[in-house]
Amino acid sequence: MVSATELRQFLKEVSDPEIPVLTIIDLGVVQEIYLQEQTWIIELTPTYSGCPAMQQIEVDILAKLQEKGIANAKVKHILSPAWTTDWITEEGRQKLRLYGIAPPVNEPDKSALFSEPPRVACPKCNSKDTRMVSLFGSTACKAHYQCNECQEPFDYFKCLK
Amino acid sequence: MQESALFEYVLRLSDDSLILGQRLGEWCGHGPILEEDIALTNISLDLIGQAISLYDFAAELEGKGRNHDQLAYLRYENEYKNVLLVEQPNGDFAMTILRQFFFDAFRLPLYEALMQSPVAQLAAIAAKSVKETRYHLKHTSEWVIRMGDGTEESHQRAQAAIDHLWRFTNELFYEDANDHTLQAEQKVPTMAHIQTQWMATVTSVLQEATLEIPKNNWKFDGGREGRHSEHMGYLLSDLQYMQRAYPNMEW
Repeated sequence: MVSATELRQFLKEVSDPEIPVLTIIDLGVVQEIYLQEQTWIIELTPTYSGCPAMQQIEVDILAKLQEKGIANAKVKHILSPAWTTDWITEEGRQKLRLYGIAPPVNEPDKSALFSEPPRVACPKCNSKDTRMVSLFGSTACKAHYQCNECQEPFDYFKCLK
Repeated sequence: MQESALFEYVLRLSDDSLILGQRLGEWCGHGPILEEDIALTNISLDLIGQAISLYDFAAELEGKGRNHDQLAYLRYENEYKNVLLVEQPNGDFAMTILRQFFFDAFRLPLYEALMQSPVAQLAAIAAKSVKETRYHLKHTSEWVIRMGDGTEESHQRAQAAIDHLWRFTNELFYEDANDHTLQAEQKVPTMAHIQTQWMATVTSVLQEATLEIPKNNWKFDGGREGRHSEHMGYLLSDLQYMQRAYPNMEW
């Protein structure tokens, strides 16, 4: 009989379909894992409501567990508590940087109009002299930046709290 | 009875999100600049995502075994309860942004209030969606100010959009016996409360944008009762095409 801890360990082999360097554990989208009437329940919380990766993640989780010989598993999508970028692990942040995506930084109040965009270090050259090109990026969770120093255009994983 | 009032309430929220998400999706590949093309479709994706959560909850309340796809794609026009504002055509960029701004300024205080609802699933959806909506409102508010306080042409286009869309804004605060039932149980906020906050946001942004609230206060409604503008039929024929042509197809 496997334990919830072992199961969580297995899920470290499931990567995020949009950002394949991150595992779903790094991303912090896996919540409680527990046994309910002979079935393993894996709670999954979306990063953004419309994140199209969620269905794929569910399929990948079940396939991975199947591969490990666990057939009695179900993914439960939950919304509360709402996911926050604080749940991305330190290891996950490091992987993002190496992949060329700037990890989330603590941002001041985002609702203020024309507020100074967050100061994000360039994942390539580490310069702080960067600028936001667009509030919206290639996926719902990212904004688009460019480095003024090395000119590298890059994605910034937006802080969500 | 209680469940059916809540079903109707959640369905209205879902339909607003879905129909506006569909409209924004029409901009895909047609945005005035690449960044804005991406922004509009990102907002669309958030709205459709919120619609999925809301339809799932509505389906559960209804208890007839329908799923979110059936609610989204397999109803007749008069069964959609979205406000007329969200089904209005995209028009030019100013029209799209003003429509979105009026909607975001309404949705944000509504979600903030619904986060306090004792209906747990509704509060959870609101808590999830409020963060996304705050981001949308910032984006649209900034555009309204840039356009209104921009060039002569951008100002004129933004004002024309306001003059055209204003007649649809009052319906955002529509209430009927259904809402009153839920309000009496303190499950949802009163619309007067939301309208006050909406008006404060709209007034301050338009003022900074040097744009004016129209004097003409002609009000249109009907969407909440399933009576839609001519545009809705065309929108639905696009939206529903795949499910009508290939029933029960899955992506």
